[in-house]
Amino acid sequence: MNAEPHPVGLTIRGAVKVYPGTRALSSVDFDIRMGAVNVLVGENGAGKSTLMKVIAGVETLTLGQIEIDGQPVTIRTKEDAVANGIGIVFQELNLFPEMTVSENVFMGSEPTRYGVDVDTRRVAEETRKLMKRLEQDIEPDTRLGYLRIGQQQVVEIAKALVENARFLILDEPTSALSASEVEVLFRIIEELKSQGVGIVYISHRLEELIRVGDYITVLRDGKVTGSRPMKGVDIPWIVEAMIGGKSKDFSKNLGHSFGAEIFRAENICLPKLGGGLTVDNVSLSLRAGEILGLYGLMGAGRTEFLECLMAQQPASTGRFYIDGKEIRERQVAGRIARGIALVPEDRKRDGLIQIMAIRENLTLSSLAQFTRLFHLSLRQEAARATDFIKRLTIKVASAENPVSSLSGGNQQKVVIGKALMTEPKVLLMDEPSRGIDIGAKAEIYRTMRLLAADGIGIVFVTSDLEEVLALSDRIIVMADGHITGEFGRGAPAAEVIAAATPAKNKDKAA
Amino acid sequence: MTPVTTSTPAKSALSRNWLLLLLKARTFVALILVLAYFSFAAPNFLTPENAVLVTKHVAINAFLAIGMTFVIITGGIDLSVGAIVGLCGMAAGWLLSYGIDIGLGWTIQFNTLEIILIACLLGIFIGAVNGVLITRLNVAPFIATLGMLYVARGAALLSSGGRTFPNLNGNATFGSETFPLVGAGSFFGIPIMIWMLVGAALLAAYIAGRTPLGRHIYATGGNERGALLSGVNVNRIKMFVYMFSGLMAALVGIIIASQLKASHPATGEFFELNAIAAAVLGGTSMSGGRGRIGGTIIGAFVIGILADGLVMMGVSSFWQMVIKGLVIITAVVIDQAQSRLQARVALTQETAGGS
Repeated sequence: MNAEPHPVGLTIRGAVKVYPGTRALSSVDFDIRMGAVNVLVGENGAGKSTLMKVIAGVETLTLGQIEIDGQPVTIRTKEDAVANGIGIVFQELNLFPEMTVSENVFMGSEPTRYGVDVDTRRVAEETRKLMKRLEQDIEPDTRLGYLRIGQQQVVEIAKALVENARFLILDEPTSALSASEVEVLFRIIEELKSQGVGIVYISHRLEELIRVGDYITVLRDGKVTGSRPMKGVDIPWIVEAMIGGKSKDFSKNLGHSFGAEIFRAENICLPKLGGGLTVDNVSLSLRAGEILGLYGLMGAGRTEFLECLMAQQPASTGRFYIDGKEIRERQVAGRIARGIALVPEDRKRDGLIQIMAIRENLTLSSLAQFTRLFHLSLRQEAARATDFIKRLTIKVASAENPVSSLSGGNQQKVVIGKALMTEPKVLLMDEPSRGIDIGAKAEIYRTMRLLAADGIGIVFVTSDLEEVLALSDRIIVMADGHITGEFGRGAPAAEVIAAATPAKNKDKAA
Repeated sequence: MTPVTTSTPAKSALSRNWLLLLLKARTFVALILVLAYFSFAAPNFLTPENAVLVTKHVAINAFLAIGMTFVIITGGIDLSVGAIVGLCGMAAGWLLSYGIDIGLGWTIQFNTLEIILIACLLGIFIGAVNGVLITRLNVAPFIATLGMLYVARGAALLSSGGRTFPNLNGNATFGSETFPLVGAGSFFGIPIMIWMLVGAALLAAYIAGRTPLGRHIYATGGNERGALLSGVNVNRIKMFVYMFSGLMAALVGIIIASQLKASHPATGEFFELNAIAAAVLGGTSMSGGRGRIGGTIIGAFVIGILADGLVMMGVSSFWQMVIKGLVIITAVVIDQAQSRLQARVALTQETAGGS
C-alpha cells in the first residue's frame, strides 16, 4: 500500500446515510487519491450524489467517519467543506443568471478593499486569468444568463478553482458540454492532476471514464461493488459491477399477448433555446398491454418528450394519436380525459401536493367521478381512495394524513394511484423507481406488469439500465433528442449503452 | 378541524395530541378569551344590542376576509379590495343619484336590485382584470393588485371629483327606495347584512369543502405545477378567486353606502390589511394551500371584538394599533409551531402504523 504515486488525501470509512424510508448509503468506503482522477460510477439512485453531498457538507452522515490526511474531520456545512479545501461542481448549476460572470465566480469569496467594498478590479482581473487558464473566451462582465450551458459549466468549474480546492468533485461535468469543451475540460483535469489536486469524477459516459480515470469505484444500491485502479478496466467490468450478476426482484412477465396499437406519436419536435432541437423528430407507437422502456442519459430529451405529450410544451410540433384518433386538446385535463396519465419524474415538485391529505392527492385528477353538477360526494371519494390504497398496497395509518408524512415508495404509489384513478389507456411513467427502496421498487414493477396485463400501454422513462432491460417488452433508446436505437426483449446491455452514448458530434457545439 | 386521535398509549403522545388540539383551536380560544375579558372589563359589552353592533362591524371585514382567504389559499394576495369597496360604493351612489345618461336626453334609472347587481358586476369585472393580469400577463399578484388599488381608488375619486354622493335615500318612482334597507334593515330581528354574511360564509365554506372547485383552489396553492399536471386548470381557478374577492368587495361597498346613505370615494382605505389580518389570524397560510373559511370568520371576530372592546374600555387608538399588531404576529408564530407539531404527529403515526 505504501510508496504509491498517488497518496490518499481523503478517506471515508463505513459511511451510512439513512433517509426516511430509504438507505442511500450502507457502509461505504471511499478514498480520494491526490493528483489522480478518482472515478465514481453507478446507476441513478446508487448513492453517488449522496456520497458527494456528504463530502461537500450539504448532507451529514448518519454513521461513519471522514478523514483528511489521517485526521478525522467533521464537515457539517458548505463552509466547513471549503475550509477543508473541498470544491464541488454539481450537476445542476448553482449560478445566478442575472449576475455577471466574475460576480458568479467570486460568489461568497469576494476579495474586499479594507474589508469594506468588493475589489471589482481584482475580481475582473482574476476572472480573466481563470478564463484564460480554462481556454474560454468569456468576458468577466458578461451576464451569466447570456452564456451557453456549456460555458456556464466552465464558470462553475472556475468557481471551484477560485477557492483553491485540494479536492475537486465534478458531478457529470460533461453532460452539457460540446466535444471541444470536453477536450478543454480534460486538459484542465490533467493540469490540476499535475498540481496534486485530488479529483472525483462522476459520469455515466463509460468510455469517458476509462479515458480520464486513474481509480474507479462502483456503487450499487448504496454499496461499493468494485474499487480498483483503472488499469485493465473495461466496459463489461464496469457494467457487471454496476448491475451485478443477480437481478433485483423484477416481477416476471405475465405472458399476456399485446392488443392493437393504442398510441402513436409522429414526428414530435421541440425546439431548444438558442437553436437545435431538444426532441428531434421522435416517432413511436405503442400497443395495448405493452411496456415500452425509454432509455437514455440525462438530457436525452425523454422527459421533454413526455412533457410534449402532456401539453406542457406549447412550442412542440408533431401529432399524437390515441386509438387512431388525433389528440388536439391543449389542456392537461383534456389529455387526461383522452386516456393519458403521467407519473412525473419529480414527485415532490410535480407529482404531489405535499400539504394535502393522501386521499385528496389520490383523487385530484378524477374529482369529476364523484361530482354531481357541482356537489362533491366526500363519501364516494373516500371509498374510492380507500379502494386504491388497498389495491396498490399503500402503507398508510390514515388516508387523512398529509402525503408528505409517507416514505418515498409510498408517495410514489400515491402518484401512480392518482394516475390510475383517471382510468388511462396510456400510462407515462418518468423514472418511476427513483429514490425509493428496493422493496417498494419491486412492488411498483409488479404493479406495472399487472397494469400491462390489463391492457394499459405503458411508456416508462428510466436511466437505470437493469430496469429497462428487465422490465421492457421493447426498448427505445434516445440520445440528443432523437431515437438512436430500438431493441426487443433480451437485448445485450452493451449495445443499449452504446446507443445511449453516441460519440460527441459537432451539432452539440451549436 | 377534526382532532387527531391515536391509540398510542404513550403519555407523551397523548399530551402532545391535546396540545395539538389546543393549538388548532387557538383562534377559537382567543375568541373566547377576548369575549370573556371584555364582558368582564367593559360594561354593557355583553348586551344583545352591542352584540349586533359588533357583528355589523365585524361583517364588513368578514366579507372581504372570505374573498381574501380564497386568494391567499391559491398563493396570491389581493390588495385592491379596499379600493374596490370605494369604487363600487361610488357606482351605487352614482346610479342612485343620477342613473345612467344615455345621451339622448334620457336617463335610465334603476331599482335597488339592479343597482346591487351592477355594482357587483363592477366588482367582479375588476377582479377579472386582476385575474387576467396575473394569469395571462404573468404579473405578480402583489404588483397587479397594488396597481389596481391605485387605479380603482383614482377612479372612485374621479367619479365625483372627490366629493361625496349624499342622501342616498332612493326614489320610490324608480323602485330604489329600498336601498337603505340593505345596510340598515332587519329580517327576523337580525340585520339583513348579517344574513348576507351568513349566506356568503356558507357558500364559501361549501365551495371550499364540497366542490371540485374548492379542492382545486387548495391544490393550486399547495403546488401549482403539481396541480397543473394533475389536470387542474390553474388559470381558471385563479380567475375565479380574484373575481370572487371582487364580488365580496363590491358587496361591502354597497352595504356601507346603504348604511351611511352616502358614498364617499375614500371608503375602504386599508380594509385590505384588515382582511389579510383576519385570514391569517384564522390560520390561512400566506404561502398558500392552507386555510379555512370558518377560521377566517373567527379571525375577523377576534379582530373586530378586540377593536370594539378596546374602544369601549377607552383604550387610546394608538394602543389599539399596537395590540392588534401583536395579536396578529403572535397568531402566526403559534401557527408555525402548530404546523411543525402536526407534521411530527403525522410522521410518527405513519411510521408506527404504516411500514
